[in-house]
Amino acid sequence: MAKRWPYLVPLAVIAILFAIFGKRLVDVEQGFNPAMIPSVLNGKPMPEFDLPGLPGRTNDRGFKTADLKGQVSLVNVWGSWCVGCLQEHPNLVKLTQGSGIPVHGIAWRDKPEASLAWLRKQGDPYTLVGQDPDSRTAIALGITGAPETFLVDPYGRIVFKWANQITPEVWQKEFLPRIAQLRK
Amino acid sequence: MKLRTFFAALVFALPLWAVEPNEMLADPALEARAREVSKALRCVVCQNETIDESHAEIAGDMRKMVRARITAGDSNEQILNYMLASYGDFVLLRPRFTGATLLLWLGPPLLLLLGLFAVRRRLRTHAAGPAPLTSEERAALAVLEKDKA
Repeated sequence: MAKRWPYLVPLAVIAILFAIFGKRLVDVEQGFNPAMIPSVLNGKPMPEFDLPGLPGRTNDRGFKTADLKGQVSLVNVWGSWCVGCLQEHPNLVKLTQGSGIPVHGIAWRDKPEASLAWLRKQGDPYTLVGQDPDSRTAIALGITGAPETFLVDPYGRIVFKWANQITPEVWQKEFLPRIAQLRK
Repeated sequence: MKLRTFFAALVFALPLWAVEPNEMLADPALEARAREVSKALRCVVCQNETIDESHAEIAGDMRKMVRARITAGDSNEQILNYMLASYGDFVLLRPRFTGATLLLWLGPPLLLLLGLFAVRRRLRTHAAGPAPLTSEERAALAVLEKDKA
C-alpha cells in the first residue's frame, strides 16, 4: 500500500495560504493599511515637540507636547497636499464634533499659507495646530504617511495610532471603545 | 560598435544616490558617517530601499535629520537608537537580535538544517538499497517466471 497522505500536503499548504490571504483581503476592506509599520509608540509618552502655529489662524499659538496633559485628545497628522486627508476631513469634523475630545492638528510638510487656506475651505475642527515643515516631529512620531491619528490619554501617553483615514466604521470600532475605556 | 560602447559604459556606470549636494555636510569625515548611518536605515515608505538611495520625501527628511544629529554631536549608535524608538525594528536594515526578530534571524538557518536532514535521510535509505522480497513476493515472482519460461 503506497502512502496517500503525502499528496495532501501541498493541498493543505495552499488551503492555509488561501486562509491567510483571504483574512488580509477582508482586513484591507475594513480599513487595515497593509503598508503600516506596527507602531512601537503605543503606551509610550508622546515625544517632545514644540511646533509653531499657523499665522493668521484664530488660535495661532502653536502646539506642544505639554498641551496634551489633562484630558483625552486626538492628534491628527495631515497636509493640504494629502488626498487621503481631504477624504477623511468631513468624517473628522463630524465625528469629533460634540464628542468633547479636542483634536489637535499637525500640518506636515506643508506651507503655512497652504494649510490655513485648506482649513478655511474644508473646515477647521482643530483646537491647536502646529506646523512641522521638515518632518522633525513626524519622524519622532514614526509617521509614514498622512493622515495618521493618535489617541492620547490625559497623561500625554499615546494609547494607539491609526495609520489610515478615520471613517465612521473605524471611529466606531477602533476609537470609541478605547475612549470609553479611558474615561472610566 | 556603438552598442558595445554602450554596454561597456553600463558596466562602469556608478549607482545614482539620492543624496542632494545641498544636503551634504562640509566635513568629509562627518559626511562619510552620515552616509554610513543612512545606509543602515530603511526608507519607511519604500520596499527595501535605504534612505540613502530613496527619493521619497520622508527619506530626504530623515537624511537631513541624520546629518543634523551628527552635527549636533550624536554618535551613529545614538541616531540609530532614535530612529528605532520611533519606527521600531522595521527601520533598521539589519534588525537587532531580539525576541521579536528571533524567527527572522533563526528561520532561514533552521529551514536549511531541516532540508539537510531530509536529504541525509533520503540518501541513507537509497544507500541501503531496496528491501529484500517477502516470501509471498518471492512466490509470486516464481509463478511469473514459470509462466514466462
